Amino acid sequence: MRSFSYERASDVAEASRAGRETGQGQGDAAAQYLAGGTTLIDLMKLDVLRPERVIDITPLRARYSDIQAGPDGLRLGALATMSAAADHSVVLRDYPVLAESLQLAASAQLRNMATLGGNVLQRTRCTYYRDPSWAACNKRTPGSGCAAIKGFNRNHAVLGVDDSCIAQYPGDFAVALVALDAQAELSGPHGQRIVSVESLHRPPNGAPQLENTLAPGELITAYRVPAGAWTRRSLYLKIRDRESYEFAIASAAVALAMDGDVVREARIGLGGMAYRPWRAREAETLLVGKPLTEGAAEQAARAALTGAVTHGDNDYKPELGRRTIVRALMQAKAMEV
Amino acid sequence: MNNTNDDRGPSRRHLLGAAVAGVAAAPVMTQQASAQPQTRSMPDGQSNLTLSVNGRDHHLMLDTRTTLLDALREHLHLTGSKKGCDHGQCGACTVHMDGKRVLSCLTLAVAAEGVAIRTIEGLAGPDGTLHPMQQAFIEHDGFQCGYCTPGQIMSAVACVKEGHAESDAEIREYMSGNLCRCAAYPKIVLAIKQARDQTKALG
Repeated sequence: MRSFSYERASDVAEASRAGRETGQGQGDAAAQYLAGGTTLIDLMKLDVLRPERVIDITPLRARYSDIQAGPDGLRLGALATMSAAADHSVVLRDYPVLAESLQLAASAQLRNMATLGGNVLQRTRCTYYRDPSWAACNKRTPGSGCAAIKGFNRNHAVLGVDDSCIAQYPGDFAVALVALDAQAELSGPHGQRIVSVESLHRPPNGAPQLENTLAPGELITAYRVPAGAWTRRSLYLKIRDRESYEFAIASAAVALAMDGDVVREARIGLGGMAYRPWRAREAETLLVGKPLTEGAAEQAARAALTGAVTHGDNDYKPELGRRTIVRALMQAKAMEV
Repeated sequence: MNNTNDDRGPSRRHLLGAAVAGVAAAPVMTQQASAQPQTRSMPDGQSNLTLSVNGRDHHLMLDTRTTLLDALREHLHLTGSKKGCDHGQCGACTVHMDGKRVLSCLTLAVAAEGVAIRTIEGLAGPDGTLHPMQQAFIEHDGFQCGYCTPGQIMSAVACVKEGHAESDAEIREYMSGNLCRCAAYPKIVLAIKQARDQTKALG
């Protein structure tokens, strides 16, 4: 690990001032925020991230870790830990897709450390990104190429990729947030703003080193999850190589409002197969107003994976993705709410 | 080089004694509430810090890059916490911070100031009586080589306290962050169930 200065920000204004040069999401930024540290310290040890300044924002926990539930929805402080949100009684009862996306992620220890803000911004697990001995990685070294496209790409993305990067977004919680139309409250040097969680992650667009749309010095302070008839009939189905403590190879966040067998509202987020937290809107549209049969679910799943681009080792993903969506939909239909 | 006011001794027995003696004398640590943000590290890359470990304060001068795990093992000579992967993937370094299980290999020591840290060395009672979880691991042979065991036990104590040890399946799920390459998992589950029931019986 390279040398860095360690600073501790006592409030969000100070954190923003100190972090103006973060560029948050740009790996070569000179300053990086430290919350749970489960991504940052790992990648600093690997020499992938080389900050000169580490700005510890854990003192912000006192103010930004509340979890509030009301008739309009949920408000989750960005400094709340994954475990705090996963074990929250209202989240468990009324937003099971959120609780499950957190419970099924990482390990109990990591969930006690990692914050909701950092979790959404976690970096890809692409082995070429994580290993600087590979020269070619556009995300790590802009313009150097992509070793994964012709390399070992079994768990690389098939949706939202381009020729510059096929890295997979590894998280679960952001997939559930995107499915539920969540918004992020941001605070930065130029004040506060609210954006959709979906807009936080950039497509690769030939410049995958730019990971998110946060301005330098901008921090996520909370998420807002709107209430809806679909949040109770919701689940997170995660398919992985081992039963626990593993990243997804395919996952679906599904939320349904049903009138008998007929779908009134559908929300589908996809993980484990896309470059960024993915929303399958076309599939949702196909389901609405019709009885939810296995055939209807298959039709929606086909639409969701239209446009998938595979690179050899990950040729299996579109079919696994389709089956994951179908199973998640049928399980959500069968839920008693 | 590190400077420490710690009584440093090579033996586990001595360290246990020192840690125990520290319990009565240790002042209550309070979170530092600084009104102004501070640069905590010095220009030469060193940081002056105080860690509260097993009820005792330790003043240390460390390279700012030092993880909590390395601070415990290499500077406080509390070698019970183990370094397996050093990347948050194996759980061998599990300790408690403010009562919650965390990975000391992904925690910077300088960021662990003001937090009550508990390691495997701080688990036994003042008279050396083993914690029910330690005793249960011995009685059920919850290990073979033993390298992952301190992390397993620290994780298991927290798992029971969290209420996530109510069934075999739940124990397996909530202990999945602790890998055992000897695959002593079935015995680990048995040990956790025994300690869970004993803890419940004690109220």
